[in-house]
Amino acid sequence: MTRSRSNPFRRVATGSIFWWLFIFALIPNAMVVMVSFMPRGETEFVELGLTLESYGKLLDPLYLQVFWESFWLATLTTLLCLVIGYPFAYIIGRAPRHLRPLLVLLVIIPFWTSSLVRTYAMMILLGTQGVINTALIALGLITEPLELLFTPGAVVAGLVYTLLPFMVLPLYASIEKLDVRLIEAARDLGARKLTTFRKVIIPLTMPGIVAGCMLVFLPGLGMYYVSDILGGAKTTLIGNLIQRQFLSARDWPFGSALSVTLTLTMALMLWAYVVAARRAAQKVEA
Amino acid sequence: MSEFVIEVKGATKTYGKNTVLHGVDLQVRRGEFLTLLGPSGCGKTTILRLLAGFETPTSGQVILDGKDVSHDPPEERHVNTVFQSYALFPHMTVFDNVAFGPRIQGVNGADLEGRVMEALRTVKLDSFAQRRPDQLSGGQQQRVAIARALVNKPLVLLLDESLSALDYKLRKAMQIELKQLQRQLGITFVFVTHDQEEALSMSDRVVVMNTGTIQQIGTPREVYETPANLFVAKFVGEINLLEASVAAVHGDGRYTIDIHGRRFELGARRSFAAQQAVNVLVRPEDLRIWRAGEPRAEDVAQTIEATVEEVIYKGSTVDLMVRLATGEALSATQFFNEDDPVFGNLDYKRGERVEVDWVPGWEVILPHD
Amino acid sequence: MQRYVNIAYATLVYAFLYFPIVILIVFSFNDSTYSLAWHGFTWRWYEKLADNDVLIEVALNSVTIGVLAASLATVLGTLGAVALYHYDFLGKRLVNGLVFVLIMSPEIVMGLSLLTLFVTVQKVAALISESLDASLGFISVLLSHVTFCTPFVIVTVLSRINGFDRHLIEAAKDLGASEFYTFRKVILPLLMPAVVAGWLLSFTLSMDDVIITQFVSGPDYELLPLRIYSMVKRGITPEVNALSAIMFVATLVIVAIAQALLKENKQ
Repeated sequence: MTRSRSNPFRRVATGSIFWWLFIFALIPNAMVVMVSFMPRGETEFVELGLTLESYGKLLDPLYLQVFWESFWLATLTTLLCLVIGYPFAYIIGRAPRHLRPLLVLLVIIPFWTSSLVRTYAMMILLGTQGVINTALIALGLITEPLELLFTPGAVVAGLVYTLLPFMVLPLYASIEKLDVRLIEAARDLGARKLTTFRKVIIPLTMPGIVAGCMLVFLPGLGMYYVSDILGGAKTTLIGNLIQRQFLSARDWPFGSALSVTLTLTMALMLWAYVVAARRAAQKVEA
Repeated sequence: MSEFVIEVKGATKTYGKNTVLHGVDLQVRRGEFLTLLGPSGCGKTTILRLLAGFETPTSGQVILDGKDVSHDPPEERHVNTVFQSYALFPHMTVFDNVAFGPRIQGVNGADLEGRVMEALRTVKLDSFAQRRPDQLSGGQQQRVAIARALVNKPLVLLLDESLSALDYKLRKAMQIELKQLQRQLGITFVFVTHDQEEALSMSDRVVVMNTGTIQQIGTPREVYETPANLFVAKFVGEINLLEASVAAVHGDGRYTIDIHGRRFELGARRSFAAQQAVNVLVRPEDLRIWRAGEPRAEDVAQTIEATVEEVIYKGSTVDLMVRLATGEALSATQFFNEDDPVFGNLDYKRGERVEVDWVPGWEVILPHD
Repeated sequence: MQRYVNIAYATLVYAFLYFPIVILIVFSFNDSTYSLAWHGFTWRWYEKLADNDVLIEVALNSVTIGVLAASLATVLGTLGAVALYHYDFLGKRLVNGLVFVLIMSPEIVMGLSLLTLFVTVQKVAALISESLDASLGFISVLLSHVTFCTPFVIVTVLSRINGFDRHLIEAAKDLGASEFYTFRKVILPLLMPAVVAGWLLSFTLSMDDVIITQFVSGPDYELLPLRIYSMVKRGITPEVNALSAIMFVATLVIVAIAQALLKENKQ
């Protein structure tokens, strides 16, 4: 660590990042926390004062239902991504070495493609006159188009579709690092395939699994445009609710309270994970 | 101009609660090859980093050429470092690497070219100027690193474990080359290593360190032959350690020492009290093994019985492991003697009963720890 | 046997990833407005796109913001990464914490917090003087984009700095280089692949962002994703198909460039 005398370069490098994040990350977040405790204003968005009114609103069964549904959809999305993504990541992580870069690149391309465009592509697939319905009718399997679009199922499908690469990439990274000799050693010591998977492969790829689940679950809660486009008016998620408070309902304190609650819930989950990981590490040491 | 190019006065370095250097005093003479020797974590690299300016002492001073530089940053000190990893800039050619320092000094054009090429010639790499570091072998990279440092004509060249990444043969060759280079250029070298053989073969003086303190400073011969304490004795070269006690004090540095019931009349530079527990230290090559029937040298006064446990043929020597009746194991290096057809070929058998003594006066007696 | 199951499964997942995009591109050439049946090949939707002045304007806005935000974020993020790696400074833990928070927090939370900041600034500006105009638009969008891109540049650059020999920086200083000279001649050239990767990542993030932009853009300034969003909400239009196809191809080009750079980096 260099602690030599202050010089201009050092001052610019440390100062610019510090102040930028101070102004554009710390202050705005602090303001949101403040706003969430302030009463809603008549002419302005907020009035000076201190109230728990907005947090009280959260207990309304209607909003609790939204919270519950959002977490449920995000969880479902995460599980589906994991179930689809793990075997897939395992296959490409164990593919011949010279093929791997290409196979990964093929996952990265959708990951770099606009998620809005991909959500829209999903819409083309699922619509009443969409590709799936048209195909099914043409095949004579159904006579009336199925109602696929504007359902919670469509939202989950859209989220899985947009977020799958976020699951696959970290999984791939941890699977590729896995030492084949460890698997061979487990088999050599008499472990069956399933035991090897459970006792060796899963624990060793845990960092990838956790990273992947985070990368899917967290955006899954906030990507309101996916539920907006694919779920129609029927599916309201936390993201939609927050967005509405700020951009149409103009209830900033309530929107802020929602946002603070969402952030705290996520922080709690992260913290629970860190604690669990630390416990697991201690167990290994003991 | 002072006799010393570097003086370290009472240098202490602490990281949090961890003190890695305890008030070290050290003087480096102009033009000498000084080696800091010790196990990892002994503080030798910390001293080097204090000299280079990568660290500042928590207390104490670093004086370079008569000026206190304790708190000067590395770029303002007229010393240069050859790093263990060489730290060659991978994105520059060999030429640009070597030219890095002079360019900062404002040297350019033909002057620059001349100085850089001269430095590369010194390390015999002038034909590699346009290569990139990754196109060179480990030994060549090492030389570029030396040239890059030397081109700045530093007061002192600091070398941090610089040879440890090379293979055995190359390391041997570089040891000689470095020594010659140092003599030829007359620059002061401060070399850090954990390899005692390297330290002994290259240095004018060796500084043996352990746990953040200096254990002994001396010429290679002094350090090897008259170690100041048990640590130095054990760390520099192999040594046999015999538990003993002082049976009688005769004055004038003469003692009767009791080793497992046998009494030896020995001399020592230190003074000991009667009944004091001591260690008698003997190098393997000074240990003599007498086989049954083998004619003894005239100076054999007293011997200890032992059993041969292991015979290791080393080509130029035979190394023996012998065990005393008390259970202590000693190692002895025996040289072939072609003039002695019976015993000179050293064909010891395992389990063979022998007697052991050593060349009189080549032992070192140190107080028991 | 297992091998064929593997190949089949992987193919299926790839199909899932690409099928919707392929359909979208194919139908951008379909000569029909609503029907999904094939009515023949046409460039009509691309022509219509080319005539759509508003769309071209917002696309230009997007590229402008993308380039500016990516460049500013790259400068800020690279300096920040070097500062975090190389220096001990007051508030270092805060900076580390904020980088983590920005990466983990949902876009919507960042969007509304920035909106709160900008609206407050606007109110304060209005209090000071009526002529001070701090309404939402280009500036607020740019500042927001820089803010959400910077942490990703920091992470990208840091992972590369952590990979290289710390002694390189010490060697430069040992040879007499100042902090800035070391940065310019040693650190920056070595970081270049990560810096470029950070720029490209920022550019795509900026081009892709819907949520934060929707919060901070105000009524008079629009970016492409927002325009697409409102078009999509009205239903399927082949024009959007054409636009999406163009954006997909553009992404392919960027990914190809990024890959080429990464490859060079490895060598």
